Amino acid sequence: MKILVCMKQVPQKDASLKLNETGTWIRDDVSYEVNEPDAFALEEALRQREKHKGEVVVITAGPGRAQQVLREALAKGADRAIHLEDNAFVGLDAFNTAKAFAAAIKDEKFDLIFTGLQSDDYGYAQTGVILAELLGWPHATIIMQIEKTDSGIKVKRELEAGYFQYVEMPLPAVLTIQSGINKLRYATLIGIKQAKNKPVRKVTLAEVQSAIGENLQNIEKLYVPQKTKKTEQIEGPPAEIAKKLVDKLRNELRVL
Amino acid sequence: MSDKILIIVEQREGKLNRVSWETIAAGQAIAAATGWTLEAAVAGAGPAAIAAEIAGKKLAKVYAIDSPRLEPYTPDAFAAGLQQFITARQPKLVLMPHTYQVRDFVPKLATAMGRAVISDCIGFKHEGGKLLFTRQMFQGKLAADVSFTSDAPWFVTFQNGAFRGDQAEAGASAAPVETVNVDIPDGMVRTKPQPPFKEAKQAVDLTQAELIVAVGRGIKEQKNIEIAKQLADALGAELAASRPICDSGWLPMDRQVGSSGQTVAPKLYLALGISGAIQHIVGMKGARSIIAINKDSEAPIFEIADYAVVGNLFDVVPPLIEEVKKAKAGG
Ligand SMILES: Cc1cc2nc3c(=O)[nH]c(=O)nc-3n(C[C@H](O)[C@H](O)[C@H](O)COP(=O)(O)OP(=O)(O)OC[C@H]3O[C@@H](n4cnc5c(N)ncnc54)[C@H](O)[C@@H]3O)c2cc1C
Ligand SMILES: Nc1ncnc2c1ncn2[C@@H]1O[C@H](COP(=O)(O)O)[C@@H](O)[C@H]1O
Repeated sequence: MKILVCMKQVPQKDASLKLNETGTWIRDDVSYEVNEPDAFALEEALRQREKHKGEVVVITAGPGRAQQVLREALAKGADRAIHLEDNAFVGLDAFNTAKAFAAAIKDEKFDLIFTGLQSDDYGYAQTGVILAELLGWPHATIIMQIEKTDSGIKVKRELEAGYFQYVEMPLPAVLTIQSGINKLRYATLIGIKQAKNKPVRKVTLAEVQSAIGENLQNIEKLYVPQKTKKTEQIEGPPAEIAKKLVDKLRNELRVL
Repeated sequence: MSDKILIIVEQREGKLNRVSWETIAAGQAIAAATGWTLEAAVAGAGPAAIAAEIAGKKLAKVYAIDSPRLEPYTPDAFAAGLQQFITARQPKLVLMPHTYQVRDFVPKLATAMGRAVISDCIGFKHEGGKLLFTRQMFQGKLAADVSFTSDAPWFVTFQNGAFRGDQAEAGASAAPVETVNVDIPDGMVRTKPQPPFKEAKQAVDLTQAELIVAVGRGIKEQKNIEIAKQLADALGAELAASRPICDSGWLPMDRQVGSSGQTVAPKLYLALGISGAIQHIVGMKGARSIIAINKDSEAPIFEIADYAVVGNLFDVVPPLIEEVKKAKAGG
C-alpha cells in the first residue's frame, strides 16, 4: 500500500499566543509541534506498511520551520517527504490547502491518504474530506481502526457518545484519523541518522499557484475570547490555596 | 424574492437529533437580524414525520428530502441529495449542527458546489449588512470573526451548545411541509456502513456522580494518577479523565468525559491539568460548580471555571488532600 500522510505543524499546546499587528493571525515567534492526530496518522501508516508492504510519504504545507515535522516523520520511518514550502500556505483556508495538496501529488498514485481529523490551530475539520472530493475518492472520518480486505478496506469510525461503526470501502480513499487509534513510537537514533538521506521534494508556491484561488473564507479579526463566567482566583502559596479551597468546598459549595 | 436561510436538521435512524433545536434557534436569530426567510429541511428515507415535528417551530417552510438511498447515512448519498436540493432552492445561507455526521459530509457537499464551510461556529454578528461568524481557534485559546468571500450558498455549522435549543420559537401555526424526492443514482454510494454499536458495557456511570475529580494530561505520568485518586477518595468523588488519559490506557475508557465519552453534571467538577478543549467541555459544562487547577493562566478551562487555581497541580493537590481529610475528620 502506498500511503500519503498529511502532517501539519501547529503551535505547541501550551504556547502563549500573541496577536500580530493586524489582529488577524498570531505572531509566529512561538514553539511548534506536530498536530496531534497527524502523529497518529503517521503511526497508522507505518503500521499498515509493516503489514502490507508499500511506501509511506509525508506531506506538509508551511514555511521552512515546518520541515521539522517532516524530519521527525522520516526519522520514525516514513520513506520520503513533500514540502510545500512558503509562508503563504499558513494563511490558506481548508479548500485551498486541499487544492494545493491535490496539485502537488497529481503525478503520484496513492492507495490511501491520511489526514488528522482536525488541526489544532484552525480546527476546520475539513481538509481531508475536501481533498477526497477534489480527487473524486470516497472518504471516512474519525477513524479508530483500519483493516485491509479483499476489495478495499474496513474502517472503524468513532461516533458520538461512545458509539462506533464499521464501514467498508474501496481504494483509493481518504481517511481522517482520530488521536488514540494506536500507540505512537519514538524515533530511534538509527532512524534519525537515516532520515538525513531520505528525499524531501520541495514544492514552491508558484508550482501550485494556478491550482489555488482566493480564500473562500476570511478571518476578519482574531481576539482573546471574552469571558462570560465570573471566575474567582484562588491565590497564595499551595498550603493557603488548599485551605481556601476547602473553605469554598465546605461553605460555598457545601460538598464537604 | 427575499434571501433564504435553510436549516438542515439531523436525524439518525428516524429520530431527530436534539441538537437540531439549537440550529433552529440560531437560524431564527440570524433571520431576525437579517430579515431573511427561514426554512428547514430534513434528509432521509421517508423523513416526513421529522419534518412534521420541526414544522411546529417558527419557520416559513419545511422540506422532507426523501430517497431510499439516504438510509443508512453515507456521505456520498447525503452530499448528492443535498446538492440537488440546495441547487434547486438556492438558499443564501445553509445552517447545520457541527455533529460527527455533518462534519463527515458537509465539506464534501460544499466542495462539490465550489463553496466553503465556516465550521464549528459559536455565534454570528451582523454588522453593517455583513454577516460574520465567530469560531474558536487554537483549541479555544482565541476566537475569530470569519466572513465568506465567495458567492452563496454559504455553509455554516454551529457548535453543540452555542445556542439554546429551548429558545427555538414556536410558530403561530404549523409550517407547511413539502416532500421533495431526490434522485441518487445507482453506484453513487461507494461506502458500506454497518450499524452503530457500543463497545463493552460501561462499568462506571459518571452521569450520576455528585462529585468528580477529573484528571488531564497535566498529570504527566501514569503513576501520578494516584495523586488524583487520593484526592477523589478523600472527597468521596468519582475519578474521571480527559480523552488522552484514557487513550493512553492510564484510566479505563468509561471514565472519559466529553463528546466521545460521558456527559456529566455533578455538583462539583474539579479539573486537574485539563486544558479545556471544547470536546471535553461539552461533557462537563453542566456541572454546578467547576474548580480548575492548571499552570497555564490562559488555559480555556478557566473560561468556564468558578474557581481558578493557576499553579502546579503537584504543589497544590497534596496539601489539598490533607486539608480535605482534616475537614472530613471534623477539623
Ligand atoms: C472529535 C473529537 C472528539 C474528542 N472527544 C473528547 C472527549 O470526549 N473527551 C476529551 O477529554 N477530549 C476529547 N477530544 C480531545 C480534545 O480535543 C483534547 O485534545 C483533550 O481534551 C485534551 O486533554 P487534556 O486537557 O488532558 O490535555 P492537554 O490539552 O494537553 O492539556 C493539559 C493541560 O495540563 C496543564 N498542565 C501541565 N502540567 C501541569 C501541572 N504540573 N499542573 C497543572 N497543570 C498542568 C497544561 O497547562 C494544559 O492546559 C476529542 C477531540 C476530537 C477532535
Ligand atoms: N498546512 C497543512 N500541512 C499539512 N497538513 C495539513 C495542513 N492543513 C491541514 N492539514 C491536514 O488536514 C487535517 C485537518 O485539518 P483542518 O481541516 O485544518 O482541521 C490536519 O490534521 C492535517 O492532517
